[in-house]
Amino acid sequence: MSIDLSQFIPSFLEESFEGLELMESSLLSLEQGDTETINSIFRAAHSIKGGAGTFGFDAVTEFTHLVETLLDEMRDGRRDIAQGDIEILLDSVDCMRLLVMSIKEDTTCEDEKIIEVTAQLEATLKGSDISSIAETSNIQVNNETASDQTTWLIEFIPEHHLVKTGNDPQFLFNALADLGEVSIEANSSELPALNDMDPEELYLSWSITLVADIDIEEIKEVFEWVEDECQLTITKKQIPSSQDNNNTPQVKTDNPLLINEPSTAESTNNKQNNVQADESAPPIAKTTEPELKVKPAAATVKTTKPKADVGSIRVGVDKVDSLINLMGELVITQSMLSELGNDFDLSKVERLNRGLEQLLQNTKELQESVMRIRMLPISFAFNRFPRLIHDLSKKTGKQIELILKGEQTELDKTVMEQIGDPLVHLVRNAVDHGIESTDVRLANGKPEQGTIILNAYHQGGSIVIEISDDGGGINREAVFNKAIEKGIVDGNTSLTDSQVFDLILEPGFSTAKELSDISGRGVGMDVVKKNIQSLGGRIQIESTEGKGSTFKVHLPLTLAILDGQLVRVGSEIYIIPLITIVESLQAQSELINRVSGDMVVYRLREDNVPVLPIYQLFNLEAETKEVEGSLLVVVEAEDQKIGLMVDDLLAQQQVVIKSLNENYQQVEGISGATILGDGSVAMILDIPGIIQMAQNNALKSFNHKTDKLTYSEEVTH
Amino acid sequence: MEQEQEYLTFVLNDQEFGVDILCVQEIRVCSSVTPLPNKPSYIKGVINLRGIIIPIVDLRQRFGLAPLEYNKQTVTIILRTQDIQKPMVVGIVVDAVSEVYKFNKKSVRKAPDFGNEIDNCFVKGLVDVDNKLIILLETQTLLNQDELYNFKQAQPSSVV
Repeated sequence: MSIDLSQFIPSFLEESFEGLELMESSLLSLEQGDTETINSIFRAAHSIKGGAGTFGFDAVTEFTHLVETLLDEMRDGRRDIAQGDIEILLDSVDCMRLLVMSIKEDTTCEDEKIIEVTAQLEATLKGSDISSIAETSNIQVNNETASDQTTWLIEFIPEHHLVKTGNDPQFLFNALADLGEVSIEANSSELPALNDMDPEELYLSWSITLVADIDIEEIKEVFEWVEDECQLTITKKQIPSSQDNNNTPQVKTDNPLLINEPSTAESTNNKQNNVQADESAPPIAKTTEPELKVKPAAATVKTTKPKADVGSIRVGVDKVDSLINLMGELVITQSMLSELGNDFDLSKVERLNRGLEQLLQNTKELQESVMRIRMLPISFAFNRFPRLIHDLSKKTGKQIELILKGEQTELDKTVMEQIGDPLVHLVRNAVDHGIESTDVRLANGKPEQGTIILNAYHQGGSIVIEISDDGGGINREAVFNKAIEKGIVDGNTSLTDSQVFDLILEPGFSTAKELSDISGRGVGMDVVKKNIQSLGGRIQIESTEGKGSTFKVHLPLTLAILDGQLVRVGSEIYIIPLITIVESLQAQSELINRVSGDMVVYRLREDNVPVLPIYQLFNLEAETKEVEGSLLVVVEAEDQKIGLMVDDLLAQQQVVIKSLNENYQQVEGISGATILGDGSVAMILDIPGIIQMAQNNALKSFNHKTDKLTYSEEVTH
Repeated sequence: MEQEQEYLTFVLNDQEFGVDILCVQEIRVCSSVTPLPNKPSYIKGVINLRGIIIPIVDLRQRFGLAPLEYNKQTVTIILRTQDIQKPMVVGIVVDAVSEVYKFNKKSVRKAPDFGNEIDNCFVKGLVDVDNKLIILLETQTLLNQDELYNFKQAQPSSVV
């Protein structure tokens, strides 16, 4: 019987991503001599490798093997945990993520980053084995120019058990002899005294000189089968003429220690350099140019778009248990009620009422428990930030401490997935624009190290995520002047602080004096705002100049349920999302203004709010057709207030959002439907959509009106 | 054996139509429908079918026939695609349901290509039962959103 392995691939992918996350977070907290952490990183890498091997994802297996080898050396204490190694490992984690992602999306991953990091890993692994590494890097640099007979020095130090694995050095030497002229010297210094010698072990090592017109790969190939069981260094003898061909940056990299050194140059330059390198040098040359290697991790991750897939959730057993408990109670209540119904008379009304109350309680609890299944602690979204801050602080040279709070606050999975990118942008923003550079901080009497605090907590029916920094704060004047310059506001208007700060969320607004590649690239703050709004949330900015800023993101706990205000128009019931409602009022005739034609504006304190009768918009029969004395529900979306005219305000209740798209198509002005208590369907109004519709209609009727200007004038007066 | 297919037939304007019975999920009496704003009149609205919102199409109006006031015989046939990957459910309002017939594929004749009051793309074929002509409808196109909701002569219920 054969088992279809492909059915396990999704779980492999999920476990791999979890493993990678674990590796990343452990690497960031890794300290010297912390064997437990290394062990857990190693285990994660090992299980990914094992899994990938089972499914035949060779790219992952091979790459992970390298990572594992490096980790293994650290674990055994053969290698010190250098910061540079951690950087390489972090990059490797990114690469593994790319590879695993490519499996998920069923594409082949041809990212050059993987090639780069692979080479880096190999270089690091070799470097660890031998002390004369200085030359190692030289040969790789020079190797590109090797076009004529070159002299290779090969140090071959086999492990003692090499011959037990069926490898015979003699074969290797024969193979080398096929490549060119060979002279071999054996080194017997390791040879123990005869008494101590195990006749089955190999104590010799060799240094080989090979003169041949070949490149390093061909030599490596010879040793392919024994590379795990020996220490191998391949060095090219210095030939002055070939070194002249090298350009300056490559010569600079002669120091092999640089290979390990993390160097996150600006990514834009990075890319250009890479292109140049591609043109001028074969791939191996690139591996010795550390400054070209490390691309910012976040940028790479961003290019991989999450695909819409069904997805799965891991649910804690306790949540499932509580569901089963509630189910049991529900069954008991149901049987009690049905027993009551068997021979019902009026004397049992009280028991019936009690039963119904119990049923209500059960359903409510059941609903909450079911919703809780979709809830995940926000640490899932926060997890990526330590790495981000780590990378950013390196790139900007600012010292930043990240404090995470309220990581256990739970949030709907869908919301969590969609809030990730806006949060990343806000954090980047805080690093880039918020935290000042070290010298400025010291000059202002602040601690050298900047602090960014990510905090999440529940407030009412929503979750609040705070991103605060102790940086320079927002310069009110600069923002205000910029806004006037851009024509967003009028210079004469007086705005409150928070209104001014909100301006930075406007499209086309950037106060950064110069764009850096960290923020101010691609997504702007307006996109952040839009994303948050599309989730039914809002963003709030608080800032004190010189002390820092706080961005507060308010989000609904879930997208599946919303608090709605039921309104009636004619015979239809519609639901207005409560979060959009500013207030509801009865229109007073003295505050009603007719602007032009049928455009009615209601004066609401210092605002003029356009009135939109729903019956007109949806072509319904309604009871109230006059604005005077009618009920207005003032709603707000995208900073635009509008008064919806309705016949009646009904109850407020939580409604479960049902999609219309599933079996039908999107309807203009409607964001979804829900089922009311009596089983009938009610539409949920799409407030931003309605505002858009109203604007389109106004435009249409305006065009229509200009044709009949005289007529419309008569109407208005 | 496999050449035979069962069809549920229904009446529209005294003409009998048939749909593949495997696409019929259930038959319901007309319940109250929640209208959708600014939609052509043949789309009656949506109903709640055990927690799922499904659209209701008046097949009479969709086929360009004069609307008939709903009576006791008027029923809604809930059709569902057999494609599990992308299920689509729609309810069609018909005058009355009639019979379930078993037809041999060979007995289904191609529809003549002439002015039909029904969009030709919905017609799968014609079949003769006891001197009665039954028009078999193609459920694939009937359950295709692009086809079903693409009604050229459809007049929006009114203009803003």
